[in-house]
Amino acid sequence: MLIDVHAHFFHARTPRADWRERNASRLTAGEKIGITAHVASILGSFGFTSPTYFPSPRDVTAGNDALLALQRAHPDRIRGYVCVNPNYTAHARAEIVRCLDAGMIGIKLAASRRADDPLLDPIAVLARDRRVPVLQHIWQHRRRDWPGQEASDAVELCALAWRHPDVAFILAHIGGGGDWQHSLHAVRDVANIYVDLSGSGVDGGMLEACLASVGVDRLLWGSDITMDTGWAKLRYLEALLSPQDAELVRWKNAARVFPPDAFQAD
Amino acid sequence: MPRIDCNAFLGAYPWRKVPGTSPDGLLQALGRTKIDVAWVTHLPGLFWRDPTEGNAWLYETARKEKRFKPVPTLHPALPSWERVLADAVTAKAPAVRCDPLYLGLDPAGGEMRALATACGAARMPLMLAVRLEDGRQRHPNDRVAELPAAAVRALIRSDRAVRLLVTHADHSFIEEVHFGSTPDEARRIWWDISWIWGPPEDHLARLLDTIGTDRFVFGTGQPLRLPETSVAKLDLLDLSPERRRAIECDNLQALAVA
Repeated sequence: MLIDVHAHFFHARTPRADWRERNASRLTAGEKIGITAHVASILGSFGFTSPTYFPSPRDVTAGNDALLALQRAHPDRIRGYVCVNPNYTAHARAEIVRCLDAGMIGIKLAASRRADDPLLDPIAVLARDRRVPVLQHIWQHRRRDWPGQEASDAVELCALAWRHPDVAFILAHIGGGGDWQHSLHAVRDVANIYVDLSGSGVDGGMLEACLASVGVDRLLWGSDITMDTGWAKLRYLEALLSPQDAELVRWKNAARVFPPDAFQAD
Repeated sequence: MPRIDCNAFLGAYPWRKVPGTSPDGLLQALGRTKIDVAWVTHLPGLFWRDPTEGNAWLYETARKEKRFKPVPTLHPALPSWERVLADAVTAKAPAVRCDPLYLGLDPAGGEMRALATACGAARMPLMLAVRLEDGRQRHPNDRVAELPAAAVRALIRSDRAVRLLVTHADHSFIEEVHFGSTPDEARRIWWDISWIWGPPEDHLARLLDTIGTDRFVFGTGQPLRLPETSVAKLDLLDLSPERRRAIECDNLQALAVA
């Protein structure tokens, strides 16, 4: 088995005229790579009618509906994170309940509000109650604000994780930009933070540093928007690790973090 | 047919710890990824005031290991740089490299144009990197700008014989240069695939369709980047054996012997 814990799909109400091709490409590449489950999110309208990282409640709902439709169309391959904007607390909590009840298996927090902000607490409480993980978009060592997002870094995610020790948090795309060494230092001793290996970054030494920081038990495989780099990191890890340890990263850690019935066996 | 990596380095990187930078380390990576030959540059030298001081070690290392082909570094603002180019020709180097911004040079200025002309006359490909690392993660003191696409257009126009091998370029950079050049100019530029995205964005597939297989070569940027990436992105394409061989070998061999 191979579980991609960080995937995205598009839909008709996004700026991408090629959204069908991109979705099809992900599934086709997934077949070649051997991905058993794409655990995906849709960030509202991806900028079409509200900003990607600050999606309006209406776009959040539309994006989640599109993902639920994809999950129904590909029940053997696609699983969903419910994406929410924590600035709209009531809507976010209602959306989480609605989408988890409909079969989604996790919560996606992008960059609408800093990870250590109290507005994330009611979402974390719901994650604990429903026993689902939270995938938090991270800018590895954010030294300043970046346009278009209120990005968080690992230190800010750690603050949230300390407040909610019974929730599994996934630090998104360690290879997704920024100083990954800073993140790995920050999360080393925070046992309820898992590191998602996705992102376009394929730096020599990064995977060794991940193993040294959090160990093989807290690594999750993912691709995000570059599946070639995801596959490369998997290939390298399989050269580094024993087959048993590689299985942990491929799927067993994910199977432990997500709800028990989230994935079908091969 | 061998798989040739045109974009590999030997030696330590000054900005962070990188494993596998020794000749033995690189050989292990070549074995792991079934790469037969690597065109190698002395990595620390890129950051030295006189980068050519790394070339002697590079030649010696390549003499001992047939799988390494030396790509020595030039600095066209240092006296007697022409002799460094002549040495590269004598050593049958497949290319020479110059990363002008790391040397504090105008990337399309007089020194670089003189180098382009000399490389054209010597029938020696000139290699340039757009970047070595993702700009979002570089060391706070690593502030060298990335190579601009305009500089590549200016260099290819500066001499009718110069041939450029550009590494670490993304799809938009490549498209800007390719479609901002005449067909004759574009035919004298080769691009390594190390920084081009595969699925689901499918930038590499699109470039092979719009620009053509003959302009692309296999490169990895190892050991700064995992060489598995370039292999994986080819494995994810539905390429005929002939087109794949062109990227992994034939195009580079044609470039080196032209």
